[in-house]
Amino acid sequence: MSSLYGIREYSRIAEIRGPLLIVEGVRKVSYDEIVEVELSDGSRRRGRVLDISNNIAVVQVFEGTTGITTTGTKVRFLGRALELPVSEDMLGRIFNGLGELIDGGPEIVAGEKYDINGSPINPAIRAYPEDFIQTGISAIDGMNTLVRGQKLPIFSGSGLPHNRLAVQIARQASVKGQNEEFAVIFAAIGIKYDDYIFFKKFFEETGALNRVAMFVNLADEPAMIRLVTPRVALTLAEYLAYEVGMHILVILTDMTNYAEALREISSAREEVPGRQGYPGYMYSDLASIYERAGRVHGKEGSITQIPILTMPNDDITHPIPDLTGYITEGQIVLSRDLYNKGIYPPINVLMSLSRLMKEGIGKGKTREDHSQVSDQLYAAYSRGVELRSLAAVIGEESLNVNDRKFLRFADLFEKKFLKQGIRENRDVETTLDIAWELFAELPEEELTNIKEETIKRYHPKHRADI
Amino acid sequence: MRVRGRIKRISGPLVIADNMAGIQMYEMVRVGEERLIGEVTRIKGDMAYLQVYESTTGLKPGDPVEGTGSPLSVELGPGLLGNIYDGVQRPLSSIIDYLNKIGSRRSIFVERGIDVSPLSRDKKWYFTPSALNTGDSVSSGDVIGIVQETGLIMHRVLLPPGIQGKVSWIAPEGSYSIVDPIAEIKVNGEVKEVYMMQRWPVRTPRPYRLKLEPSEPLITGIRIIDTLFPMAKGGTGMIPGGFGTGKTVTLHGLAQWSSANVIIYIGCGERGNEMTEVLERFPTYKDPWSGKPLMERTVLIANTSNMPVAAREASIYVGVTIAEYYRDMGYDVLLVADSTSRWAEALREIAGRLEEMPAEEGYPSYLASRLAEFYERAGRVKAYGSPERVGSVTLVGAVSPPGGDFTEPVTTHTRRFARVFWALDTSLAYRRHYPAINWISSYSAYIDTVSDWWSKNVDPEWKAYREEIMGILVRENELQEIVRLIGVESLDEKDKLILDVARMIKDGFLKQNAFDPVDAFSTPKKQFELMKLIIDYYRDATKKVEGGTPASRIKELLGRLYVDIVKARFSVPNEKLEMIYKLKKEALKAISSA
Repeated sequence: MSSLYGIREYSRIAEIRGPLLIVEGVRKVSYDEIVEVELSDGSRRRGRVLDISNNIAVVQVFEGTTGITTTGTKVRFLGRALELPVSEDMLGRIFNGLGELIDGGPEIVAGEKYDINGSPINPAIRAYPEDFIQTGISAIDGMNTLVRGQKLPIFSGSGLPHNRLAVQIARQASVKGQNEEFAVIFAAIGIKYDDYIFFKKFFEETGALNRVAMFVNLADEPAMIRLVTPRVALTLAEYLAYEVGMHILVILTDMTNYAEALREISSAREEVPGRQGYPGYMYSDLASIYERAGRVHGKEGSITQIPILTMPNDDITHPIPDLTGYITEGQIVLSRDLYNKGIYPPINVLMSLSRLMKEGIGKGKTREDHSQVSDQLYAAYSRGVELRSLAAVIGEESLNVNDRKFLRFADLFEKKFLKQGIRENRDVETTLDIAWELFAELPEEELTNIKEETIKRYHPKHRADI
Repeated sequence: MRVRGRIKRISGPLVIADNMAGIQMYEMVRVGEERLIGEVTRIKGDMAYLQVYESTTGLKPGDPVEGTGSPLSVELGPGLLGNIYDGVQRPLSSIIDYLNKIGSRRSIFVERGIDVSPLSRDKKWYFTPSALNTGDSVSSGDVIGIVQETGLIMHRVLLPPGIQGKVSWIAPEGSYSIVDPIAEIKVNGEVKEVYMMQRWPVRTPRPYRLKLEPSEPLITGIRIIDTLFPMAKGGTGMIPGGFGTGKTVTLHGLAQWSSANVIIYIGCGERGNEMTEVLERFPTYKDPWSGKPLMERTVLIANTSNMPVAAREASIYVGVTIAEYYRDMGYDVLLVADSTSRWAEALREIAGRLEEMPAEEGYPSYLASRLAEFYERAGRVKAYGSPERVGSVTLVGAVSPPGGDFTEPVTTHTRRFARVFWALDTSLAYRRHYPAINWISSYSAYIDTVSDWWSKNVDPEWKAYREEIMGILVRENELQEIVRLIGVESLDEKDKLILDVARMIKDGFLKQNAFDPVDAFSTPKKQFELMKLIIDYYRDATKKVEGGTPASRIKELLGRLYVDIVKARFSVPNEKLEMIYKLKKEALKAISSA
C-alpha cells in the first residue's frame, strides 16, 4: 500500500474497550493501516485499523490496552499495512509473533517488504499437488497419504502427543527419489513455554535449526498478536517457496488459540456472533490462512501446511475443527482411546482422511497395490471396530468364526500397523507389506476390495508359492 | 449522468459512501483510486452502502466512488466455454497473461483493481448466418446465426431479449470478433446493431416462453443416484454433508459424467486446489457421451475460500445467468454449486456489517427467499424465438452444515426448494463407503416422472426392481436395530437372507469407486442389469429359504460366486454385460441344488 500521507499523529482517544482504541479527529486514515501507540511512559505498542469512518478510527492494539490512558497517549498512523521484510537468512532464526528477531543474534539485512495478508493465489495457476511425501508413519503413508502442497491438519486433544507427531513428520518427511529436504517454518501461536522448548530442543538436536524459522507467540504474551503470527510465518513461506524456490513445510500450532483470539476481538467489536460466539466470518478468516498452501505452475517451490489444533472437549463438531475440516484437504485425527491403550501414534484412521491421497499414490509413485490395500484396510478395520462394539453387548462367543477373525484383525491392526516408535521411519513398502501380513489373517474371499491379480502378486500365501 | 460520491466509512467488505443521490439499487460501482468493483446494497438518503468485491485494505474516507449506470452484468457470447472466471466474471487465465505482460512479479496472485474483459475482443469466430433476408421480421430469441464454439457445442447466436423488428443487414459467412456487428435490425425506424456478445444483469432471470415439466432423467452414471434417487433435467437437488463425506467428489462426478450438454461449475468459497483439479483434469478427460474433452462443455466460476467474500455472493448469480444463456440456445445445462452454505455465509457476513436484524443463527431473515429465488431459476423451458428450442437448467447445490447438523438454517431452507435430497452420511464416509449417500434419508421427487423414460429406454420392469431393492434396504435398516440388541442368530432365516443380500447390494451396487476406470461410470443398462442380478438371486434364494434351507447354507452354495457378484461393478465393463448374464446363470444354478 502506498504511504501517500506519511506518518500522522493523533492523541484524541474517545474510548478504550477491551483491545480496542477509538481515536477521534483522524484524517486520511486507511482501512487495515498499521498503527503505533506511544504511552505516556514512552513505551510503544502496535495495532491496526479495523474500522474507519470520516474521522473516527477503531484501532486494535496487539499488545492489549492495559495501562493506556485517554490522555497523554499518542497514536501514530504509519500509512501502510503490516509488512514483513523477508530474506533467506531468516532460516535458522527465531522471531516473535510480529516477525521481530528475539534470538539475540545479529540483525538480518532486510530484504523486500511484503504485506502479511498476502493475496489469494489465482486458482488458474495452481498446480495440483501430486508428489508423495513419505513421512515414515504407516497410518499416514499407508492410509492418509500426505502430498507436497497439501494442507493437512492434526486434530488433537489436550494432552495427546500431537507435538511429538508433528516433530516426527518434520524430521522424517522426504519426497521419494529426491534428496532435497524441507525447510520448516514453525509458527507457535499462544503455546506454553515447555512446548516451545520441546520444539526448539528438537530442532537443535537434529541439527535442523539452520533450516527452520520459528515465529513464537507464547501463552502469556498478548492474545491479539496471535492473529498476526500465522500470517507473518506464511509470508516468509510464500517468499521462500515462490521466489527462492524451496519446498516449505509450515507447522502452525495451536490454531485453537488463534480462533479464541478471533472471538475475543469480535466480541470487543460487538459483532453479531455466529455459533458458540465465534464470528460469522471465521470460515473466511481461517481460509485466508489455510489457503496459503500449494504449488503453482512455473515455480519450483511449494508450501505444505500442517496446522495443529486441539479440539475443545475432544469434540470434532466444535466450530474450530469443523470449519477447519471444511477448508483443509483432509485431517489426521488423534484418539484418546488409542493413546490410553498405549498406541503411538494414536491416529484414528477411520475419522482421518487425506483428500489428495489418490493423486500421490500408485504405480511409479508408491506401489501399484497401494490404493486397494488402503481401501481394504479401511473396510476390514471398520468392520472389526463395529463388531467390537457388538461383541461388547452380546458377547464375543455369539459371533461366528468369520466375525471373530475380523475382531482379531482390528486388534492386530492397532498393534502392528498403527503402533510404531517415535524414531521409527518406515518406508512405504514396509508399510504396505505389514498390511499384507495382516490380510493373511483374513479369509481370502473377504478381501473384496482387492483385485484378483493383486492378491496373486502380493498376498503372503501366494508369494510363498512363487 | 454518472453518480460520483466519496467514501465515508469502511468496515471489511462494506463501504459506505455519501453524495450518492441518484444511484440505483444494485448498480455496479467503482470504488477508490484503484477502481475496485462494488455493488449498491442499500440506499439511505444520499448515502449508499456498497459491497466491494475485492479486498478493501488501503481504502480511505474521501476516496472517490463512481456509479457505472448499470447493474452487475455478465458478458454472454462465444468464448465462455473452457474458461475460468472469478465471482464477478473476471477471466482468471487472462489475468495471469495480463500480469505477465506488464511484467508483474506477483502474477501468481489475484491482485486488486485488475480490469480485463471476460470475453476476448481479439479472437475471431467463424459465423454462419441463418437464412434471413433483408426485411424479414425477427424478434428476441431468434437464432440469427451459428458459431462452432468448441468441438462439442454449436453456439447459437440469439437476438437479445427486448429487440423486435426487421432485418436491414446481416453479415455474410466469415470470421468476426464478438464486438464486430453481425446484423442490423430496424426497430421502430431506428437501426440497432447486433453483436455476437450480449450483456445481462445477473440478478434478473432471463425470460423464456413456457416452463415445462422435467420428465427426462439426467443420467449421471452414479448408480445410487440414477437408480434410487434420480435427477431430472431441469430439476433441483441438494447434497448436504459434513466435511469429508464426499460432496466435492460427487459434484465432480456429476460434472464429469452427466448427460447434460453444458456444465457450469461454481466453486463458491471452497478450496483452490479443487478448481485446479477440474481445470487440469477436464481437458484430458473425455465426455462419456461424445468422446470429446470435457472442458469443451464446461465453464468454471471460482471464488475460493480466501477470495473476497462479497464476490462469493455474486458468483452464484453469475453462474446461473450463464446457464440460462445456454439453456436459451436449446441445451441441457447442469449447474453445480459447491457450496451454497458459503454463499449463505457471505450473505450473513454482509448483513451483519449492514447491522441488519439477524434471524436464525445470525442469518438474515431473507435467506429463505434468496434460496427460493435461486432454485426457481432451474427448469425445463421452451425458449423464445425460432426455431423452436427446449432447454433446461438443472441446479445442484452442495450444503455444508456446521458439525454435520442437518437442522441448521441453510439445510432446512434449501430442503423446501430442492426436490432431490442426497444426504451424505459421516458414518458411511468413515467406513469408506462412497458415495456416502444415505439410502434411508435421501429422496427424489422425480421417480415417477422419470420412470417412463426408464421403462421405454431400458426395461419395462425398472420401477418394480427399484422398489424391491429399496424394500430390502429399508428392511435391513430395521433389522440392524434388532441385531444390535440381540445378535444375528435370533433372527429368522428370511431375515438373515435379507442381511446377506443387503450386504451384497451395498458392496456390489451402491458402493462406487469414482477413480476406477470401469466402476466410475455405469450406463443405465449396466445399472439395471446389476440390480436385476442381485434381485433375481434374492428371489430364487427366498424360495429356497421358504422351502426350509437355512440362509447360511445358501451362502455356502454360492461360495466364491459371491465375490464375483460383488466385484462385477468393476470387473464388468459397460459394453460387456453378457458377463453379468453368465454370472447370474451360474449363481442361480449354484443355489438350485438346495
